[in-house]
Amino acid sequence: MTNGQRIIGLHLGLLVVLFALQFLLPAYHHGNMARIMVLASYAIGYNILFGYTGLLSLGHALFFAAGMYGLSLTIQHAGFTPAPALLAGVIAGIMVSAGLAFLALRTTGVAFMIVTLMFAQAGYLTILYFAEYTRGDEGFVIQAGQRLLWGIDLSDPTNRYFAAFTLFALCLLASLALVRSPFGRTLVAIRENEERVTMLGYNTFAHKLAAMVISGTLSAAAGATYGLLFGYAGASFASVQYSIFPLLWVLLGGAGTVLGPFIGTLFMFYLIDLSSGITTAYMLIAGVTLVLLTLFAPQGLIGELRRRVWRWLP
Amino acid sequence: MTLLSTRSLSKHFDGLSAVSNLDFDLPKGQVRALIGPNGAGKTTLVSMICGRLAPSSGKVIFEGRDITHLPAHKRVCLGIAYTFQITSVFPRLTARENVALAARRHLPKAKVQPAVEDALKRVGLQDRIDEDAGNLSYGHQRLLETAMGFVQQPRLLILDEPTQGLADNEIDNFKALINDLRKTTTILLIEHNMSVVMELADRVTVLNFGETLAEGTPQEIHENATVQAAYLGTG
Amino acid sequence: MELGPYILLASLEGAVSAAVLALTAVGLSLVFGVMRVVNIAHGEFFMLGAVIAWFVAQSLGGHPAIGFTAALIVAPLLVGAIAVVADLAILKRIAYDPERTIVATIGLLYIIQQVTLMTYGPEARPVEAPFNQRIALPWFEFGDNGLEFYYPWGLSTTSYKLAVIAAAATVLAGVWLLMTRSRAGLLMRATQADRDMALAFGIPVERVYALVFGFGAALAALGAVLVVPIQQAHYLMGADPLLLSFIVVIIGGLGSLPGTLVAAILIGLSDGIISVFFSPTLAKILATLLVGLVLVFRPQGLFGTRAA
Repeated sequence: MTNGQRIIGLHLGLLVVLFALQFLLPAYHHGNMARIMVLASYAIGYNILFGYTGLLSLGHALFFAAGMYGLSLTIQHAGFTPAPALLAGVIAGIMVSAGLAFLALRTTGVAFMIVTLMFAQAGYLTILYFAEYTRGDEGFVIQAGQRLLWGIDLSDPTNRYFAAFTLFALCLLASLALVRSPFGRTLVAIRENEERVTMLGYNTFAHKLAAMVISGTLSAAAGATYGLLFGYAGASFASVQYSIFPLLWVLLGGAGTVLGPFIGTLFMFYLIDLSSGITTAYMLIAGVTLVLLTLFAPQGLIGELRRRVWRWLP
Repeated sequence: MTLLSTRSLSKHFDGLSAVSNLDFDLPKGQVRALIGPNGAGKTTLVSMICGRLAPSSGKVIFEGRDITHLPAHKRVCLGIAYTFQITSVFPRLTARENVALAARRHLPKAKVQPAVEDALKRVGLQDRIDEDAGNLSYGHQRLLETAMGFVQQPRLLILDEPTQGLADNEIDNFKALINDLRKTTTILLIEHNMSVVMELADRVTVLNFGETLAEGTPQEIHENATVQAAYLGTG
Repeated sequence: MELGPYILLASLEGAVSAAVLALTAVGLSLVFGVMRVVNIAHGEFFMLGAVIAWFVAQSLGGHPAIGFTAALIVAPLLVGAIAVVADLAILKRIAYDPERTIVATIGLLYIIQQVTLMTYGPEARPVEAPFNQRIALPWFEFGDNGLEFYYPWGLSTTSYKLAVIAAAATVLAGVWLLMTRSRAGLLMRATQADRDMALAFGIPVERVYALVFGFGAALAALGAVLVVPIQQAHYLMGADPLLLSFIVVIIGGLGSLPGTLVAAILIGLSDGIISVFFSPTLAKILATLLVGLVLVFRPQGLFGTRAA
């Protein structure tokens, strides 16, 4: 078996398992898995910029929220149906990520992190400021009646699971195709040594810009889908915490691996889910995990697996 | 016909003059060696030619076109290839991928893989093709760097100390490689190894304190008393 | 109240926040200047200072001045010690890599915040000020009899608030002397200027780093102890000082102490006055955008001259 076949087989295999789980999982975990698949799509988007291009953003909640509010505000205030509202969310994500990229990509390293953090914080505060429309921290519910996509009721658990699965499958396969393409290889090279890539004749700014817009668009698609499937939009999804989460998931699963975002999201979701039964201070788990990963396993789970066993993992 | 020239090219760093008012001409098809003591301004000069550094004043002209304000990546697309003095291959990518990155920008898709394999064969790395570049020996990384330069089929190939750290037999292979490349490419070579300069260069330019000290055939330079005093004597 | 007295009141309140902000931001600036790392957990060290002050004041009892004075000493020392431990256990092990340090201090932020939530709880609790006399302030107007002074209703401050301003100014002067005149300051400046050279000259760089990290955290904690009689201690209170310190440090020029001081006074004062005219949320939006834009277009800060 060639490496190419192995890679395709592994990723399609994961999708088959997730598809089958819809019929096997008990109700509670069934709901969780739908949520995990949407959040993992967000993490996949984050990973394209952080894992493959080497740009550590602390402001991806801005893109997630752009998708979520692009969808929910047009449904709530402009009477959109879900399909055009989803499109509105994605377009909002494209515009916001392109705008931020033009500014933030003028900086590198720590300055890039702080700039993305600050603009995302400004976005969060803007949502609070226009509480008349967004209802601020409290947020608002998208009624079940407004969540019929082509006649499919997305408030129904089975439909919701398949909708989440569809988004996740699209994101996973898109990211797999991306990183195996010449464009994706160039991104990796930029991560390793940007100046060298310039001296091979590549416009690295344009590549980073494209990576940031793709990353922002996937994040926005995940945010819009989250709002649509779970029927709620609130400012907390735009807060710093939701910029830290994808970083945490991707670091845990393995930055710069295709499967890492999903594995990281899955583990972290259940860690926090289990611990929130014990204490209200469940974010402690997130903090401890971040510190431990930084200290002992900067490659993450899949990264370690690739380093030690399966060198062919993309 | 002149491929590359500079006019009154200067670069100052905080008042320190690294290159001053340099007029430099390189005819098409020549192998030119650029020599001079450390700090003479060789790397600064080629960095301005390939766009890594912006000059303080003066012009760079390539194939009759003023490229002084062109960004580096566009100059590379015009056919100026540069290999780094400090080895900067991509250590976590394979040798194949390193060369492919260089080739893709210049060749149609179908020709990339054959060109990559051919380039690695010419530098003698055909057995190491799927190894991570970081695992190669220093000398092999220098050769990989050179392969990344000529696989672009550039009009002007700038090699910054390509033989540094190579073993004697590797240097012989390198000389053969350049003699092969000179049929199709103009080459600007920064080099410390005098035997390489003597054997390969059509002409030699000697830089000292950012200015041209002498220019001529290797033989003329070898016999030039000023050069010996400034460079060969101390070098 | 008329606009004139109102603005005087706002500037007085602003001066108090400027004083506390200056202490906190100078702490952050020192850490960035000497160690070249950004400490995202800085706001949590501030919060810890306030919470420890409450614990100390609570356990001592007696006259408020006793508990407060004890807190003034214990909280900065304890917070500084915690920071030194964090430095040795985490930052030193990742060799102060700038990006990994940010990720690690984000983790540290949640650890400190959530442990405080588990022990101290979600309530906001006050610490009583050691003294707190109300001081009415005069205002003037040109009446029929020429210039007249009177005391408008509501225009007042307290002796404690004035003392906070004085105390912060004294401490900052101390920091200034420490940095410019003492041997410790010399070591820090040498390390800041060139880490490798400092190492070559036998300066124990890692020990300097640990102490600077602790000192920066202690300054934040001291600011918090001063402010806690005015503003209650709460486990989420670290967010605003962190944001404001960032604004101050970035606008003042990364790592530049005089720039940081000027910016702290400017931001602290204008924050009070701006919030008279704008909603606090709008003021914060403008402030965060300003920081982002300054970093993009003028990374040396508005007052700095050299590149960061």
